[in-house]
Amino acid sequence: MKDATHKQPAGQLMVALAGNPNAGKTTLFNALTGLSQKVANYPGVTVERKTGEWRADGKSIQLIDLPGLYSLDATSLDEHIASDVLLGKVADVAKPDAVIAVVDATNLERNLYLVTQLFEFGVPVVVALTMIDVFEKQKHEIDIGRLSKLLKVPVVAVDASEGRGIDELADAVASAIASPRDSAFVAEESDSANAKIFARYAFISEVVQKSVKHNDKAAHDRSEKIDKILTHRVFGLAILVGVLLLVFQAIFSWAEVPMHLLETGFGAVGDAARAQMPEGILADLVVDGIIAGVGGVLVFLPQILLLFLFISILEDTGYMARAAFLMDKLMSRFGLHGKAFLPLMSSFACAIPGIMATRTIENQRDRFATILIAPFMSCSARLPVYTLMIGAFFTGQTVLGFLSLGAALMLAMYALGIVVAVIVGFILKKTLLSSTPAPFVMELPPYRVPDVRTVLQNMLTRAWLFVKRAGTVILAISIILWALAYFPRTEAVNAEEGSPAVETVQLQNSYAGQLGHLIEPVIRPLGFDWKIGVALIASFAAREVLVSTLSIIYNVGKDETEESPTLISAIKGAKDEQGNTVWTPLTALTLMVFFVLAMQCMSTLAIVRRETNSWRWPIFQFAFMTLVAYGAAFMTYQGGKLLGLE
Amino acid sequence: MSARINVTLNKLEIGKSASVVAVHGQGVVSKRLMEMGVVPGTAIKVVKAAPFDDPIEIRVRGYSLAVRRNEAESVEVTF
Repeated sequence: MKDATHKQPAGQLMVALAGNPNAGKTTLFNALTGLSQKVANYPGVTVERKTGEWRADGKSIQLIDLPGLYSLDATSLDEHIASDVLLGKVADVAKPDAVIAVVDATNLERNLYLVTQLFEFGVPVVVALTMIDVFEKQKHEIDIGRLSKLLKVPVVAVDASEGRGIDELADAVASAIASPRDSAFVAEESDSANAKIFARYAFISEVVQKSVKHNDKAAHDRSEKIDKILTHRVFGLAILVGVLLLVFQAIFSWAEVPMHLLETGFGAVGDAARAQMPEGILADLVVDGIIAGVGGVLVFLPQILLLFLFISILEDTGYMARAAFLMDKLMSRFGLHGKAFLPLMSSFACAIPGIMATRTIENQRDRFATILIAPFMSCSARLPVYTLMIGAFFTGQTVLGFLSLGAALMLAMYALGIVVAVIVGFILKKTLLSSTPAPFVMELPPYRVPDVRTVLQNMLTRAWLFVKRAGTVILAISIILWALAYFPRTEAVNAEEGSPAVETVQLQNSYAGQLGHLIEPVIRPLGFDWKIGVALIASFAAREVLVSTLSIIYNVGKDETEESPTLISAIKGAKDEQGNTVWTPLTALTLMVFFVLAMQCMSTLAIVRRETNSWRWPIFQFAFMTLVAYGAAFMTYQGGKLLGLE
Repeated sequence: MSARINVTLNKLEIGKSASVVAVHGQGVVSKRLMEMGVVPGTAIKVVKAAPFDDPIEIRVRGYSLAVRRNEAESVEVTF
């Protein structure tokens, strides 16, 4: 049944790109569409849709990149969508006039399986043969002409990174559309599902035998040699840990300078804006609300970009599959998938790229479970909070004789996040997100040098997605938070504009301050007072905001950082109306525990919304994480009091 | 004719090659294995096992496939 809800502009062809994962499909798509590509979700589902424009021979072709697939049998969501696209059943997407099947020459038989299925869709097929250079290096021989005759479709060798074969590909597409031929193979309708699979492979074996001459003496791959070390039974894990440490080290050190630059930059923009605008609400809104709020989150962009870069490199070299291979047994014990390892590890820098990296997990429920627990991995935004608390209350002592108390606590916080993540993940998989165990069966692709353009393009596309998605949410919430702290206005009482006293009084009397008072009864059992309450509320937008909010509340000026001695002494000296000390080491510990487990990042929620395609999940995540954080903080504080640690 | 031994893939020793006899089971796992090329008559070699002895890496149709031992159990091979 053809769905004609979308008509292509007259004369513009629609061509779909299909192929196995790791076959070079993305590289080809990038080479053909360049910067014209757009990424979105298919309506109503979590499958990504990539489209772009291919200019060939002065003509414009709409290209749609189907998800990487091993088969089109419509068991998984990806397969369903791809199949629907090819049948023209997806709203907004015209039925393709042709399909380019990307086939990896070094993996011919398995890649051709998808091709035999494509024959059944009645859409002209053109085979784009990739990895020919690797193929020939291994001294195999292929008769492309013969292969084309046997498959009854044009077969064109392409090298997307070098740009070779592209014109021939365009010609082949045009001729395939102009003169369609009979399919070379169609599985018997009446056969059982299994019989069809056997029949397809029988056909494929015959075709390959007639057109390919394998070099049996092919040095058993470079990849196998590399894997002797990288997936070694003993050293493999150690190397994995080493690689991860290196990646994190690189991210944190390389991001430092750009982050400082961004911080100063946003500050300068804020100052310039204030200079340009007449004094008043609008100026304050723009500078303190929008620029400060948005800037505060975008300052993490260097880290996020670097994380996307490394994830992309790890994926494209093939190492990510090895990481999943090494960790699967351990992860399975906790109800998780081996492929969840790298996304979860990435979340230690920032959950956002980690959550986006869960796309490699095919089973939707496994994927959602991973997304829901990723924020428990202590991200870099929590570090200022840990640093402040530790700096104020936990310095100068050692544990076990050599480890500083501060370092031990830091480690404990990270461990707490992991432990809770594992428990929650386990529970989720047993209840809400339980599913029939999804196949692990996973290809270990040959190691490859990643295509630079593909890696960069991937990095930039994802980063732009983050900025757009999170940016709108951040903007909205920054304005709301600003308004909560700004209104009602307190008249300046014989004090200079900008001096701490005015800001402090303003905050105390604002709606934010009132909210702090409102929630005080709820947070008292955690050892928190209303001032801490205000800072807590503010930090639900972004964790590091806690530091600046505390600075304002305690009257030390809003530019103090987590290492500022004045802020630290202000915290230690803080007293409530009765003159009692507000902060004790136990309070600080409780606050840290809360921060480990609470969802305090609107950017993350925005990305979860995008990746799960509904508001249900981010809301659920926010709710359960807040509950868990509250519960753990409660136990920490009350337990600590019972133990006499107050 | 030398005696041929039939085992399930999860029990095949590392380094050994064998030929697939049948893929049992009706679920997604068996289907996925077959779609990936593990069908009767296919040559398979067990390359190695991961650190905790699971999953295993097999060589099939010219590429490397990682399979959990409980998944490999559904594949009957002979050598």
